[in-house]
Amino acid sequence: MQRKAIFNNKLLPYLLLAPQLAITFAFFFWPAGEAVWYSFIRQDAFGISTQFVWFENFTDLFADPLYHQVILNTVIFSVAVTVLAMGFALGLAVLADRHIRGKDGYRTLLIWPYAVAPAVAAILYIFLFHPDIGLIGRALKAAGVAWNYTLNGNQAMLVVVLAAAWKQVSYNFLFFLAGLQSIPRSVLEAAAIDGASPLHRFRTVIFPLLSPTTFFLLVINITYAFFDTFGIIDALTKGGPGNATQTLIYRAYIDGRVNLDIGSSSAQSVVLMIAVMALTLVQFRFIERKVHY
Amino acid sequence: MAELKLSGIVKNFGAVRVLHGIDLAVQNGEMIVIVGASGCGKSTLLRIVAGLERATGGTVLIDDRDVTALEPAARDIAMVFQNYALYPHMRVFDNMAYGLRIRGLAKDDIKRRVQEAADLLGLSALLDRRPRELSGGQRQRVAMGRAIVREPKLFLFDEPLSNLDAKLRVAMRAEIKRLQRRLGVTSLFVTHDQVEAMTLGDRLVVMHEGRAAQIASPMEIFERPADTYVAGFIGSPAMNFLPATITEDGKGARLSDGNIIALPPGQFAAQPGQKVTLGIRPEHISLPGPLRLTTDLIEPLGSESVVHGRLASGETMALRLPGAPPSATVLEIAPRAEHLHVFDAETGKRLPPPA
Repeated sequence: MQRKAIFNNKLLPYLLLAPQLAITFAFFFWPAGEAVWYSFIRQDAFGISTQFVWFENFTDLFADPLYHQVILNTVIFSVAVTVLAMGFALGLAVLADRHIRGKDGYRTLLIWPYAVAPAVAAILYIFLFHPDIGLIGRALKAAGVAWNYTLNGNQAMLVVVLAAAWKQVSYNFLFFLAGLQSIPRSVLEAAAIDGASPLHRFRTVIFPLLSPTTFFLLVINITYAFFDTFGIIDALTKGGPGNATQTLIYRAYIDGRVNLDIGSSSAQSVVLMIAVMALTLVQFRFIERKVHY
Repeated sequence: MAELKLSGIVKNFGAVRVLHGIDLAVQNGEMIVIVGASGCGKSTLLRIVAGLERATGGTVLIDDRDVTALEPAARDIAMVFQNYALYPHMRVFDNMAYGLRIRGLAKDDIKRRVQEAADLLGLSALLDRRPRELSGGQRQRVAMGRAIVREPKLFLFDEPLSNLDAKLRVAMRAEIKRLQRRLGVTSLFVTHDQVEAMTLGDRLVVMHEGRAAQIASPMEIFERPADTYVAGFIGSPAMNFLPATITEDGKGARLSDGNIIALPPGQFAAQPGQKVTLGIRPEHISLPGPLRLTTDLIEPLGSESVVHGRLASGETMALRLPGAPPSATVLEIAPRAEHLHVFDAETGKRLPPPA
């Protein structure tokens, strides 16, 4: 059977590819190229004159203590979100993998948060943690805790981390559950007969057999925390109080859209692009090969 | 090495009862094969002994210790699974050493015991491989090795040979038997294969619909099956069954076509007029005789031939004849009276010997 389509017209294949290419060009290559171009340019405050400044935007950026703060924020935020979202999801998946009554309903409910829009998730967390109207926020204040995440930077970080992690738990849960279910039951039974306690079984059999899933999720979660949490941060804290919850992606937005410093914002975008490329490289090198047994 | 005693084992899955009270006493060093068609509850019984399933009722005693409520780890047993259940991320050595490490043995002891088991099973060269780098037969051996190094009280085998190809299965069967003899470990072996059951077991438990239909030595089961199920299950081709009625003098059985078959004297307590099922194995039929069999299929096997056909009364029959296949399409055959089995037509139970 001939599976390959044959085009006599040399132009037709390109024509068929054109829509996809046009979209990729218009929405990715062009703006990305512009960002790279602008990152080498500085404009005066009124947009009257522009000047090519080589790497000055970058050197300024990395000399700025605020940017150091933002990098640190991003690292703390990403590590916390990843650890929390993966740890919690693994725990839930282990529980859901057991033969318990109503497990189907339980699983369905656990998958729901993934369908919630970031802004809606943020609103939910405002209703939970707001010092005046939030359920938990008011309870904390009633218990004597000086709770106000709109004023306390650490508390603000805690709330955005919780909200961002909560949203990612569902996704991780699905993958962990699938991973757990692909472990043959008889292998676990063999370990039980060999005398391994449930905890020892988890440590020496289940967790190593989950390692491909875990590694995949690690990359996905870091990427998520880096790039996909803008909505949550914007709706919850707008990067504040102070700059306490500004991450790299949020800072790029502030400098570009609010402070109208296109040069610096573009430089930050380029830095982020390089970060994405590095992450993708890691992903390809290790996931394609798979951490395996 | 241990004695195993099961009494009144009952198991329900929801509203369905899959085991209806199994009693079994296994002697020290004995190899018991539990055999039956799929769904008869044989694997469930094994898993109850292992502690992987909870019995709904009854007790499991290992060396007079009640282990019914204990976890598998506390029972000092080892199990070989159908799919081997090797730890895929560990080398062969670690697979075998896993249980020993949990028991906290010294490193030297572990190494010595794994090495001994590996030598015994011809695995010495493979200790650094991972399971996926092994063939089916080698994996099977590693699974055996993992059971042996533990030096357990009881070996449990859950259809360990079903995933092997036919030739390897015969070889591994002999190997398991030799090994079990040599180590003298009390063993339970579950299989659906009657040849495996006959060759491996000191005694067989033939299971049927959650009950032990018969517990006896292989030859006893072959020669004196307790009911029509056991009679039909063990032996290949299967035993022929003919409905019949005991004659007025009680010395023969009348077939539906009126022919009378003489019963072996003094073996069955048959009442005149009783409805019975006569059983006769294909190899216990000789030529010539009073029954006319129209052949419809002949399977030459070299040293013998299996002939399938139909009696004038309509029942199908199979017989094994030595030598080349007969050329006639109608054979006149006779069941050999001394090998006749008589079962009650209603209950299917073998008629007891006369009091």
